[in-house]
Amino acid sequence: MAKNKQKNVLPGFNLSLGYTLLYLSLIVLIPLSAAFFKTTELTFAEFWHTVTTPRVIASYKLTFGASLFAAVINAIFGLLTAWVLTRYTFPGKKLVDALVDLPFALPTAVAGIALTAVYATNGWLGSLLEPHGIKVAFTPLGVVVALTFIGLPFVVRTVQPVLEDLEAETEEAAASLGANRWQTFSRVILPALWPALLTGFALAFARAVGEYGSVIFIAGNMPMVSEITPLIIITKLEQYDYAGATAVAVVMLVISFLLLFAINGLQWWSSRRNSASR
Amino acid sequence: MSIEIRNIKKEFGSFTALNNVNLDVPSGELVALLGPSGCGKTTLLRIIAGLESPDTGSIHFHGQEATDRDVRERQVGFVFQHYALFRHMTVFENVAFGLRVRPKKTRPTEAEIHRRVHQLLELVQLDWLADRYPPQLSGGQRQRIALARALAVEPKVLLLDEPFGALDAKVRKDLRRWLRRLHDELHITSVFVTHDQEEALEVADRIVVMNQGKIEQIGTPQDVYDNPASPFVYKFLGNVNQFHSRVNEGQAHIGDISLTLNAHHSTQNSNALAYVRPHDIDVYTEQNGQPALQAIVSYIHAAGPLVRLELQPINETDTIEAEITRERFRELALNQGSHVYLKPRNVQVFLESAITQS
Repeated sequence: MAKNKQKNVLPGFNLSLGYTLLYLSLIVLIPLSAAFFKTTELTFAEFWHTVTTPRVIASYKLTFGASLFAAVINAIFGLLTAWVLTRYTFPGKKLVDALVDLPFALPTAVAGIALTAVYATNGWLGSLLEPHGIKVAFTPLGVVVALTFIGLPFVVRTVQPVLEDLEAETEEAAASLGANRWQTFSRVILPALWPALLTGFALAFARAVGEYGSVIFIAGNMPMVSEITPLIIITKLEQYDYAGATAVAVVMLVISFLLLFAINGLQWWSSRRNSASR
Repeated sequence: MSIEIRNIKKEFGSFTALNNVNLDVPSGELVALLGPSGCGKTTLLRIIAGLESPDTGSIHFHGQEATDRDVRERQVGFVFQHYALFRHMTVFENVAFGLRVRPKKTRPTEAEIHRRVHQLLELVQLDWLADRYPPQLSGGQRQRIALARALAVEPKVLLLDEPFGALDAKVRKDLRRWLRRLHDELHITSVFVTHDQEEALEVADRIVVMNQGKIEQIGTPQDVYDNPASPFVYKFLGNVNQFHSRVNEGQAHIGDISLTLNAHHSTQNSNALAYVRPHDIDVYTEQNGQPALQAIVSYIHAAGPLVRLELQPINETDTIEAEITRERFRELALNQGSHVYLKPRNVQVFLESAITQS
């Protein structure tokens, strides 16, 4: 750092870094390390037993599986939504644009109740799906629906600005060189969108893993079937099993961290490949 | 391959971009579409490329109807003003793109693609940049890569939209000479759009001057420069002085000066506009007994190969510009405020009635 000290219009590297670290410590690191600290009240055997009971394992699978699935759905349809919002003009476009942000603003419990009402077997959509043998409410599918709902804005909002910046000319260039529509999309547009799409995906995934409010209404919370990990933690807290709750929380934290770290790595790799020192 | 454009009309909302345009581009020629911004030149180019479709009219490539042919099937190479390179691909992959997206049956082998791309990169003299990414290149280099990419698909027609518009003056000059040489090597039918008359005059075999969605004149550079078909072309191609004059039976009168014209023999006493290029005005310090325009030297620009004089005529309000050689300037020993006599050498006259009609 000291070696290639550059003249900067806005100085203050030390000060700003100091504040950043302090802020991150107060808001993120200290509370999280408290969870680790609390867990140390358990012996390792107790810890291992707590976090590997079949009921807890099943909840990990559901939480991370459903979150991943919801994030993938959001990546695909979020991209589509962003595409429509940037490329076309149609009446009510502003309204649709505002609608995208609604899952951010809505209290998650409201979302959960609304989704449950709609997807219950006697609800508007549930009653239509019921005859086809598809049950949404009170099943893992319901969990995916809730997680998709709350994760939608992330992909749209990260991809949209990049898509707006994309020159339409590069697409025309591709077409004039003989590329068909799919080739133009997959070889010219998608590579430019990858970093933003991955960011959106990671955010949607992270949000889904931590989601509690909207899921517990629609999931039905049947142990081994539709019980998510955050609910297990809450249940343990209500039974005054604080160490047990933090133990599960720690496992969740580590898995989340590893997954996000992996996604970040992928993103770094793709953006580096994409623009090689832009 | 020749291009025939017939009765092309194109409107964007209430704005008429092209109004009944007819144009023939002979095979192997380098043609410039020249005009101010908004004259429809880019729209015409995009219609030839198939990136835009005309409201009415038709385009033929080598006698074959191509109006509804998709841009992918027109076999045109298109070069954009802002290069439109694929920034996530290396220079090599950019040039190879057109070959790689071909259907399997007609796609060349990897070795053949390699050979072709390097051949093209050598042609544009940038073989050493094959592994770089577009953001690492200068503007001039990017545009040459864009050209190599367009040539990779062996287009029958090369279309360039203000290809040097985003470059600085020096690079621009080098690159347009280079483009001319390249065209002389390849002989591919080319159309390029520009608003820079100097560029068009220097590079093109033939210039198409456009204004407000219509073609004003088509001709060789010398043709359009020496014999402009309209006041617009006169003004657009280089500097020009405009005089109010009267035409009567083949004679034009500007102030005290009378000039014999080759046309307008039967015209009776009509108002007209006379145009004279600055270098076609002779400057004297004495009258020599012949009728001349009297003027005062109001400003002297002596930097450059020619000395440019700004002159204030005594009986008129519009200033006149004249260009004389440095030698002549020394001979006359002019100063700001000197009294001079002007005689136009080469005058072209347009009747005012004819101008308002067009």
